[in-house]
Amino acid sequence: MSLETKKVNFKVFRFNAERDFLPYYEQYTLDVTHEEVVLDVLNRIKWEFSGSLSYRRSCRHGICGSCSIKVNNKAVLACKERLFDLVELFGDELVIKPLSEARVVKDLIIDKKDFWAKYDAVKPYLIDDIDEAPEVENLVSPHEVEQILDSEICIQCGNCFYSCPAIENNEEFFGPAAFAKAYRFAADVRDNAKIERLEIVNAPEQGVWDCMKCFECAQACPKDVNPIEKITKLHNMYFQEGIAKSNVATRHAYAFKRSVEKNGLLDEADMVLYAERLDVIKQMPNALSMLKVGKLPMPWNQPKSEKLDEIKKLIKSSSTVKF
Amino acid sequence: MKKLKYALFTGCTAKESTPEQFMSTMAIADKLGIELVVLNEASCCGASHLQDYDDFLSLVLNARNICYAESRGLDMVTICNTCQLNEAMTKHRLDSDPALKERVNVKLREVGLEYKGTSKIQHFMYAIIEDIGLDVLKSKVTKPLTQFNIAPFYGCHNIRPTELHHDVNGGESPYNPTSLDELIEACGGVSVDYAEKNKCCGFHIDLQSPKTSNIMAGKALAGAIDGNSDWMVTPCPLCHLKLDIQQPNASKAMGRELKLPVLHVQQMIGLALGCTPQELGLKHHVAKVNFV
Ligand code: SF4
Ligand code: SF4
Ligand code: FES
Repeated sequence: MSLETKKVNFKVFRFNAERDFLPYYEQYTLDVTHEEVVLDVLNRIKWEFSGSLSYRRSCRHGICGSCSIKVNNKAVLACKERLFDLVELFGDELVIKPLSEARVVKDLIIDKKDFWAKYDAVKPYLIDDIDEAPEVENLVSPHEVEQILDSEICIQCGNCFYSCPAIENNEEFFGPAAFAKAYRFAADVRDNAKIERLEIVNAPEQGVWDCMKCFECAQACPKDVNPIEKITKLHNMYFQEGIAKSNVATRHAYAFKRSVEKNGLLDEADMVLYAERLDVIKQMPNALSMLKVGKLPMPWNQPKSEKLDEIKKLIKSSSTVKF
Repeated sequence: MKKLKYALFTGCTAKESTPEQFMSTMAIADKLGIELVVLNEASCCGASHLQDYDDFLSLVLNARNICYAESRGLDMVTICNTCQLNEAMTKHRLDSDPALKERVNVKLREVGLEYKGTSKIQHFMYAIIEDIGLDVLKSKVTKPLTQFNIAPFYGCHNIRPTELHHDVNGGESPYNPTSLDELIEACGGVSVDYAEKNKCCGFHIDLQSPKTSNIMAGKALAGAIDGNSDWMVTPCPLCHLKLDIQQPNASKAMGRELKLPVLHVQQMIGLALGCTPQELGLKHHVAKVNFV
């Protein structure tokens, strides 16, 4: 029986930081089968055509997190991503690149120092005064374990980090993997450093409030860690723990409740005013240009929801936090 | 064919800073023979920010919004990606977690409501593609947009995460989305391919990180302009606000002048169906719509 094959044109990124001035691409046209994953093709290229091609791999099992690369700008684990799926998505020309072109050491191998530094910064380990001779078992209930929401299964592959536009534009930003890890311990009932970690990831420019909610991280994660979900949970924790500092981002979040309570709908001008306080002055050019083209409702025309009483009642009965 | 009828969740923006979006939605519904029942009882979807503040409250309020579509026996359509995300997320979480659904319903019953999970929730753009069809739409085009290169800008919250959207967005891949391109072609235009079309516009961090936000918007506008676009089109009013109003800030962030009209997808369809500029509210744009 012969297997169905597809002819695919691969363009493979090549660069040696020690020798090359600019990266270049090598092209290979190969027949691939439905069983093959990207790593199989990298191996074939290395073994049959170009022995100097460099890439990381170890487990070949989707668990060590070392084989991450980008195919047509989609971050993938080379050992998990099936070629037929990629061909279906992108057609028969696949461009294979490192996770980050800026951090290439050789070919598909990057220096992940920035990723690890952020990861370390959130203290990615359990902090507790361990009783070394406990008399009873330290039990954690299944319900308590569930609260960790699979954040512990991260394999540190970096797919989310190198797909995150906030990282791309602001190298101080901790990034999705570090936040997911911070949540992993903040949600662990055995851990004693919840507040400390929340304070670390609260830092302006670096912390959770600078996430732009693009969901690239959730999409890129091969393990369904869903970092953005954990970032939202961290946001919630500041309010639940009563440690939210008043800043433009927390006031922005709270302003939604404030508006909905008043009008049912968002009062956009009030929200900006409330969140920005005196800094609202920098929003003036925007406001003026909006005003000119009829994009700002006047306060007396501010739309309201019908059955506002019902909304107010629900806000009263269902609110779980105060700010 | 049975007349199409949906419950329209407008979101706040269409009632406030993008009045043109509401007008053009109604105008094309009329042309396409769709009846829209506006959910005026609905509250703000929370825009993912109320969700940061009080998750449970946001679930209760959004479940209430959905109740009003359910009680009318209608599917819900949204006209904002972020509304779509938050209504669909609420539905997904309640439908997959009976205990959570009950906790929410305990609150809703206090005001005489109950969330059941019977209404589909879909962005209007995808409802048009699915229920009317691109071919029928094409056959109704009276003013094909043949002379225009149009840059599609998809917006994050209609395409990511896949699990949440693929049932209601035609199984679109966030890495290679095609629906908006196909809509452009159905309207007779030429769709422009550029790297940023499925990227983030930066809207949600506009207040706390204006610098990053403006670079995101700037890259998108620059990509579209360099792809020789005459204008841009988006299904998301928040993307529209960021990309239209903030062109001066985006220009500053990129160190080059970025000027491009940014239309709502409803306005594009409306132009192709022969609606007037007045009906589509084309004067409510900061980057002037100067081609009609
Ligand atoms: S959702 Fe936030 S953390 Fe995730 S990729 Fe986007 S900006 Fe980065
Ligand atoms: S969260 Fe997912 S994508 Fe990010 S490093 Fe961990 S496993 Fe990789
Ligand atoms: S080789 Fe270990 S995850 Fe791919």
